[in-house]
Amino acid sequence: MPTTANTGRMVKIEILRQDTQNSEGYWEKFSIPYRHGMNVISALMEIQKNPVTEDGKQTSPVAWDMNCLEEVCGACSMVINGRPRQSCSALIDQLTEPVKLEPMKTFPVVRDLQVDRSRMFNALKKVKAWVPIDGTYDLGEGPRMPERKRQWAYELSKCMTCGVCMEACPNVSEKASFIGPAPLSQVRLFNTHPTGAMNKDERLEAIMGDGGLANCGNSQNCVQACPKGIPLTTSIASLNRAATVQMFKNFFGSDHMVD
Amino acid sequence: MSKEREFLWRRLHSLLGIIPVGLFLVFHLSMNFTAVGGEDAYNNSIGLMESVPPALLYIMEWVIIYIPLMFHAFYGVYIAFTATLNNKRFSTFRNWMFTLQRFTGVFLVIFIAWHIFQTRIQKAFADADVNYNMIADIVSNPVMLGFYIVGILSATFHLANGLWAFLVSWGITQSPRSQQIATYVTSVVFVLLSIVGVAAILAFV
Repeated sequence: MPTTANTGRMVKIEILRQDTQNSEGYWEKFSIPYRHGMNVISALMEIQKNPVTEDGKQTSPVAWDMNCLEEVCGACSMVINGRPRQSCSALIDQLTEPVKLEPMKTFPVVRDLQVDRSRMFNALKKVKAWVPIDGTYDLGEGPRMPERKRQWAYELSKCMTCGVCMEACPNVSEKASFIGPAPLSQVRLFNTHPTGAMNKDERLEAIMGDGGLANCGNSQNCVQACPKGIPLTTSIASLNRAATVQMFKNFFGSDHMVD
Repeated sequence: MSKEREFLWRRLHSLLGIIPVGLFLVFHLSMNFTAVGGEDAYNNSIGLMESVPPALLYIMEWVIIYIPLMFHAFYGVYIAFTATLNNKRFSTFRNWMFTLQRFTGVFLVIFIAWHIFQTRIQKAFADADVNYNMIADIVSNPVMLGFYIVGILSATFHLANGLWAFLVSWGITQSPRSQQIATYVTSVVFVLLSIVGVAAILAFV
């Protein structure tokens, strides 16, 4: 297959550039030679090789994040033709031209298409998205997880913290404190795990604080946008039920905080 | 607002929208609907309200209507203005409902403030009589009639869609299927309440 052969066709790309964290954005147009099977990343690499705009002006190479190139790490997310998604799995053949690339502006822009997703990782720490097993002696095996439960919980574990749901959510922005769909779904995942469930009240408490679960506005964009098809809105509704029960337990007191 | 109370405020906002504000809207529109039976039927039914001792009515108005309504309205405006609408990018049904909920909510704050001024405050300070003629007088102006119809439809939409959101927010409808069925049920609620509400206001024309 002539995967590198030059067909003579040119691909038009428009990129929203931003030089520093606080500077204004500006659009630049590029025209690059088409190659068979090209994706947005290989198009960006082409620009990197020869950072010249469509009108022949020399410019700086475009900065973007990438890592795994197979849509499992979440690093290369950006807004492509208006939709937030991974640039590694965005094939030029399937996109309308000019291909418009923008950073996910719900996050602070570092440079060009690079964004700082720290708020998501901080949120995972806040909600204790892990199973605590460290101690001074061997605790032995944990309880068994029913296979059918494991199957749907596995879907939740596909989250790669890519930030696409955060970009899609109208309630996640710099002017709002909402934690966002991804970390909420992780609470459901770890509260489902039989060992993780031993601390489930702590995670529920964490999302029942400011900017937590109740800030969801049910636009349901997250579940539409998620590249991994994670049932984020089902997770949120399920947590809503758990939080309703937890609210009463907190108020009246209960011996059943974790069961 | 004190620390880590946002969850409770949001849940309270969701609850008050249904009880008592939503229930009051259903009651209010039902009372209005008696106007379909003519001027006397309407005046008789609202005359029933005057059989309640004034002091009790006053307390009920504040406890059941004004205080919950004001909390729901003002906190709702805050919620509406912290959203970043993105229907151009995501033009799904639910995202449009999200946006419409916020638009109708903000519009209702204006509409209800005007409506209370035109009726309840006129009664309290200008000694106006709240009866069939008062409303007929208001809607004899086509602009006002239009304003009232948009207000009524905004209210019925906001309640029906708010009911859907309430079911999700309290964890009653979890699965996509249950949420879909709730969409159908609340759509029927919207249509029925709208018929009652609009038929009532047209009975004054």
